[in-house]
Amino acid sequence: MISTPCTDLPVLRPFRLGAASSAASILPLNGRQGVILMAALLVSVGIGEAQAGPAAPSILATIVKWTPLLAQGFALNIAMSFLAMAIGTAFGVALGLGQISVLAPVRASAWSVTQFFRNSPWLVLLFYCMLLLPFEVRIGNSLVSFPGWTKATVGLALPVMANVSELVRGAVQSIPSGQWEACEALAFTRLQTLRMVILPQCIKRMTPPWMNLYAILTVATPLTSVVGVSEAMTLTGDILSSEGRTELLVPMYLYLLLWFFAYCYPIALATLAIERRFQVR
Amino acid sequence: MAGAMKPWTPDQPLIRMRDVHKSFGTLTILNGISLDVMKGEVICIIGPSGAGKSTLLRCINALVPIDRGSILVAGQEVHDAKLDKLALRRKVGMVFQQYNLFPHRTALENIMMAPIHVLKHDRAEVDARARSLMRKVRLDGKESFYPGELSGGQQQRVAIARSLAMQPEAMLFDEVTAALDPETVKEVLVTIRDLADEGMTCVIVTHEMGFAREVADQIYFTDRGVVVEHGPPDEFFTRSRDERTRRFLSQIL
Repeated sequence: MISTPCTDLPVLRPFRLGAASSAASILPLNGRQGVILMAALLVSVGIGEAQAGPAAPSILATIVKWTPLLAQGFALNIAMSFLAMAIGTAFGVALGLGQISVLAPVRASAWSVTQFFRNSPWLVLLFYCMLLLPFEVRIGNSLVSFPGWTKATVGLALPVMANVSELVRGAVQSIPSGQWEACEALAFTRLQTLRMVILPQCIKRMTPPWMNLYAILTVATPLTSVVGVSEAMTLTGDILSSEGRTELLVPMYLYLLLWFFAYCYPIALATLAIERRFQVR
Repeated sequence: MAGAMKPWTPDQPLIRMRDVHKSFGTLTILNGISLDVMKGEVICIIGPSGAGKSTLLRCINALVPIDRGSILVAGQEVHDAKLDKLALRRKVGMVFQQYNLFPHRTALENIMMAPIHVLKHDRAEVDARARSLMRKVRLDGKESFYPGELSGGQQQRVAIARSLAMQPEAMLFDEVTAALDPETVKEVLVTIRDLADEGMTCVIVTHEMGFAREVADQIYFTDRGVVVEHGPPDEFFTRSRDERTRRFLSQIL
């Protein structure tokens, strides 16, 4: 009776166990690589120490010294990822529902917007947002300013929105048509059908790919360093230039990578766990 | 204008189809179907696959729009652009081959949703009604089970109860035992027979000839979108006149 959701959308594939592993492989790293990363960091620290000679302060001490600043930058990455995900999800759900509207013009425009933002490079969207959005807006008498990182967040939210839109559309279409028919026969309105029967079932199907999207978004936040946001990547660069020691380069960036890995890897694990749980039913 | 409600009286058919045509593209499904169902009557529609039986049922509650002809349900023309489809569907319940229960809701919730949200009935009253329907379909004790935890036959009986909770005037059954294991077919058929015995108007599409013979007041044999022959079961099964009917019966009996 329970048919496996059939869809041609790659976004929904991670439901099946076979394809599920792709959820982790989309992420840049997996568990074993995490260990390798850690080892690489230690080795590079060792090599760095050897290169530095006895006079310079140790690499490890330098890394520890800068950790609070790096943590501040990383907090901004997380804040941007949260915000972009929230904005992207809110607009994406609306857009996705637009894609399944009974009104053809609504459907067509929602589809166009989705396709446009889904198929644009994130970095290009980011540049456009930085250039096109005003840095301050006058509301009444007060001047509301938009710092760079808020504009960058909007830039990141756009592709998230388009991807969530596709997730919603795919999930709704993967619900067996019998569910719609049963609702029709019970005299539910379309809105009632969506709200009480279709969407509750979609949430379950959408959760793993949605979490996956969040992890992808988080590892994409360092892109904002290109447009001058003072997040972890930018700060790492600043730290390196202020230290002026080439032997710091590799350990420092590896250290930054570890931060992201430590944050995203548990999300990937949780995604897989949820997929597996939904699989069994 | 056909849209106007003609007062319906019990001496008229509750469901009256006249010359109903329906095509999907170039494929003709219904090619002039006429039939009458009186209140309290049970009719069984049989015929080979692809004869348009499911489509015929779906026309009655306007799940499928028809191209030509007339369908009156309690005096209300179904083939009418201004038809209040929701009002019609409150009068006519439907049970599907694939049960189509809502997997994220328990059996009891499945039954209660439509009366509460569509009919706006009081929750406590609906709860009592749903529990008594669970007893009626012999599933008391399974109220808090999810559809996935029930057997096919049990799910189908919940689906019947869900439809009955809307207190319809007629019930449509679309090959409701076709997806079931042989041993669970009977429990579903017994449930439908109980309903028929209580005087529920039923239109049943089925391949269970023994059941049709036992429960039906009228048998309709359809093939290629037309009613080939119809009559009371005894007459139909023993003295069918049409060559196609006889061939079908000889294959299936």
